Amino acid sequence: MSVDTKTVKKIAGLARIAITDEQADRIAPELDNIIHWMEMLEEVDTTGVEPMTAVIPNHLRLRDDVVTEGGIRDALMQNAPQGEHGFFTVPKVIE
Amino acid sequence: MSDLTDLGVAAIRDGVRAGSFSARDVADAFIVNVSRAKALNAFLVETPTHAIAAATAADAARAAGETLKPLAGVPIGMKDLFCTNGVATTAASKILEGFVPPYESRVSQNLWDAGAGMLGKLNMDQFAMGSSNETSAFGNVVSPWRRANGDTAALAPGGSSGGSSSAVAARLCPAATGTDTGGSIRQPAAFTGITGIKPTYGRCSRWGTIAFASSLDQAGPMARDVRDCAILLEAMAGFDARDATSLKLDVPQWEAGLSGNLNGKRVGIPKEYRVDGMPAEIEALWQQGIDWLKDAGAEIVEVSLPHTKYALPAYYIIAPAEASSNLARYDGVRYGLRDLPEGAGLQDMYAATRADGFGDEVKRRILIGTYVLSAGFYDAYYTQAQKVRALIARDFERAFEQCDVLLTPTAPSAAFALGEKQADPIAMYLNDVFTVPSSLAGLPAMSVPGGLDKDGLPLGLQIIGRPLDEQGVLNAGLAIEQRAGFVARPGTWW
Repeated sequence: MSVDTKTVKKIAGLARIAITDEQADRIAPELDNIIHWMEMLEEVDTTGVEPMTAVIPNHLRLRDDVVTEGGIRDALMQNAPQGEHGFFTVPKVIE
Repeated sequence: MSDLTDLGVAAIRDGVRAGSFSARDVADAFIVNVSRAKALNAFLVETPTHAIAAATAADAARAAGETLKPLAGVPIGMKDLFCTNGVATTAASKILEGFVPPYESRVSQNLWDAGAGMLGKLNMDQFAMGSSNETSAFGNVVSPWRRANGDTAALAPGGSSGGSSSAVAARLCPAATGTDTGGSIRQPAAFTGITGIKPTYGRCSRWGTIAFASSLDQAGPMARDVRDCAILLEAMAGFDARDATSLKLDVPQWEAGLSGNLNGKRVGIPKEYRVDGMPAEIEALWQQGIDWLKDAGAEIVEVSLPHTKYALPAYYIIAPAEASSNLARYDGVRYGLRDLPEGAGLQDMYAATRADGFGDEVKRRILIGTYVLSAGFYDAYYTQAQKVRALIARDFERAFEQCDVLLTPTAPSAAFALGEKQADPIAMYLNDVFTVPSSLAGLPAMSVPGGLDKDGLPLGLQIIGRPLDEQGVLNAGLAIEQRAGFVARPGTWW
């Protein structure tokens, strides 16, 4: 696979990072180089190997489905760039 | 009285207990050193009042005849990846500028509960992504070390825990916290002639630690010797119900278990770590390390880790993939920076905020991660990398059938100059060639200083252990420390 300017713009869009044409032109060969380097992994025979999901065997714990640390709305809101009436606010999303 | 800032964690703890000096005197001495070292740019925030409050509490407890806490009177530096209640925390990124956490990370809380105080928040590579501390949005950290030939080039303190390594090496704090995703404790420790350990994945809670790559991130201590690391790690580790991958195990008494006697132990030397182009001095130090461990009573065996060369490309798929997901939370809505261009909608606000707030290396990794996880590429890159990761872990399992710990160099070179490797991302990534494989396998690993290179710069040796065998790692590290007699320190030029 090769990473061209069009691909960079597409993935930057998916990642929600604004990017100029100039930046995309600069980043494309850089990413292309890195992705090619990673393709070294193709030469490893992984037939019958399960992808790793946990490095140290552990089991997921369950807990009761109840509020444990509630009632901290104001603390959670205090770093919001913009908030009103205890809600986070954003630009209008529906016309 | 000798300078209190020359003392390590154990010496401070014991001296405060014995009444040889007050905790307040210790805190004051380090606060002065911090205030005089702006040229190193190791601290992002200084918190003298926190350190003084902990010291005052320690002195009061002693005066009242109470039993002192394990770290009473010990002031430390806190990597800025750990959220600290009421103290600005940015992960060295503009996107979190001004963020003041309303809560405390588990690791830092454990340290305060043990009586430690905080001298400040330490600079680092932005979101812990980097190996030289050049990706911080708030300026490079400079290593206190300089080449012995009169060259005054500013050297990299390593990364990502570069503020931590610089501060400990420069005696701005007796110890600091670090985090290690692919070598971020061990490589900076090696570059600055200090000691650092990454415990087994799951030993330290990740709760409240700003996430980079969740299946790899582990906190650990950085200090001047092995004993100090053992003391700190005992305080930092422990089960936490708020981290789903936290291990529900008791914390061993690592300090009490320290022994440099390796009789009956087998040390494996992985032949694949003899990489092309490795400097002769590192090769020689490695051989020296082998001789030291033999002298400590260990038997040396050659082992093979056949998938070693695939660890770096696998890591640079897995870590960015996880980062692209973890860093999706920085959206300009709940905390941190918001960039809202005139007339912009929600999607434009996200994109503008993230373009403005993330540094180049962070963006590069988010883009790589997004690419390898995108439709059509997921299996070829991400799934294949996770399979290779399983093979790397299996290599270690097989090696540990023949030996108890592994000995390798920590990094393929001594510290390089700031700016020297910035142009080529892959050249920078290669710095982690010896530390990444054990991270992928979740194993405990530490770096201890072994000696100096021809330019008078520190070189480190790495010990890698079986899962949960921090004791074996610390003991082999101690055996090296006892024989290396590493006392070199940087001159105070700043």
